[in-house]
Amino acid sequence: MLELIDTYWLYFLVGQYPDGPLGGLVLTILLSGAALVLAMPLGLLLGIARVSHRRAISLPVGAFVQLVRAVPLLLVLFWVYFFLPAVTGVKTSQAATMLIVLVVFDSVYLAEIVAAGIRALPKGQLESARSLGLGYGQSLCHVVLPQTLRHGLPSIVNQLVSTIKATSLGYIIGLSEVSFIATQINTLVFTRSVEVYLILALTYFLLCFGLSRLAFLLERRLQRRPVGAH
Amino acid sequence: MIVLDNVNKYYGDYHALVGITERVEKNEVLVVCGPSGSGKSTLIRTLNRLEDIDGGRIAIDGRDIHAKGFDVNALRAGIGFVFQQFNLFPHLTALENCMLAPVQLGRASKAEAREQAMALLDQVGLAHKADAYPDALSGGQQQRVAIARALAMRPSIMLFDEPTSALDPEMVGEVLQVMRTLAKQGMTMVCVTHEMGFARDVADRIWFMAEGKILETGAPGDFFANPQHPRAIQFLADRNRN
Repeated sequence: MLELIDTYWLYFLVGQYPDGPLGGLVLTILLSGAALVLAMPLGLLLGIARVSHRRAISLPVGAFVQLVRAVPLLLVLFWVYFFLPAVTGVKTSQAATMLIVLVVFDSVYLAEIVAAGIRALPKGQLESARSLGLGYGQSLCHVVLPQTLRHGLPSIVNQLVSTIKATSLGYIIGLSEVSFIATQINTLVFTRSVEVYLILALTYFLLCFGLSRLAFLLERRLQRRPVGAH
Repeated sequence: MIVLDNVNKYYGDYHALVGITERVEKNEVLVVCGPSGSGKSTLIRTLNRLEDIDGGRIAIDGRDIHAKGFDVNALRAGIGFVFQQFNLFPHLTALENCMLAPVQLGRASKAEAREQAMALLDQVGLAHKADAYPDALSGGQQQRVAIARALAMRPSIMLFDEPTSALDPEMVGEVLQVMRTLAKQGMTMVCVTHEMGFARDVADRIWFMAEGKILETGAPGDFFANPQHPRAIQFLADRNRN
């Protein structure tokens, strides 16, 4: 196993880079991180729209959120990969396709986290902000969202964990993320599947378990010192 | 200064406010009392439009506050509201709670707002807790910060919705003391409260409410010594028995 790691670690880590496109574990992490960062503002907007009192806003957003949540990520991946180029006439790269799909899914799940957080906040918070003369937007920015996001931080880290695991579906469209690379290595060495996939499993586990622990610690810290305490 | 003209409100079929017609004068301290479920909180919440009304008119300084297109934020900025549950912002310190609205609404620079917030916290006896977060404060302290936060907007009217009902008995006094001081300074106040001692000592007038109606109004001396309406007599008798 050590010999396997010794031979292929760089390939496992970055794919064919710098001779080819960036791949491997680095691509997996970059895609997941970028997707979450890009999805954040979208998720915030969708979440706020979801709890809007204006039905013209909350209904279509709610429908979109429900739709995306009810469809497998893989299916959307196919659609974007095969359908989008047919419409736009531009062939989307595997990495771009994956990023688009992850951003859509992440923003929808983040929207649910944000909306749930806003709904869970005692109604008196918004009322007292409004009673001071603050507008709805100001009240959201300075009173509601800071609390919602702090409470939602563990959920957001967990969403990153889901995203990292979801990137493995890129394998299907030939995205050279870490699962795809592992399969390539498996083909090259042929007889050592168990070890190759064990290393892959360990890699995912360490990454995701580490993040889950982080989420757990954050949650505990937030519980011990309720929102606000530095 | 506040004029209510045949104000009606419904929750579905339930008639929460029934033809309320009354007025509150400038510098007046008004106490609204009555059994629970009588519409006291609903009434006070219509005065800064936390609740809409379904009929009638409420005018503050001559302007119909429930009119379409009325700037509700400007109205609220001029009316302090103190909640039963304090509703301090838990992610901000006592000082920051008092600075948020003046700064965000462009009433003061950060430095001015800080200075003013400190002065108000001092006024409610909590200057030494300026940097404490709400969860580190007792209920009575939180409510005093909430009063300071409302005063930071320099309101011309203060509304109190059962400000001591969520407090442990030993903390009621410190909050009432702050309210007494405010009353002495000439603040126009509408207080929904069960503190009959406060009503007797501080109020200029009492409104007695039951079933969404104002059944009796009067100076506290008359109201407590000689209530007229059978419901008011019953209410005060029940109060005295406890």
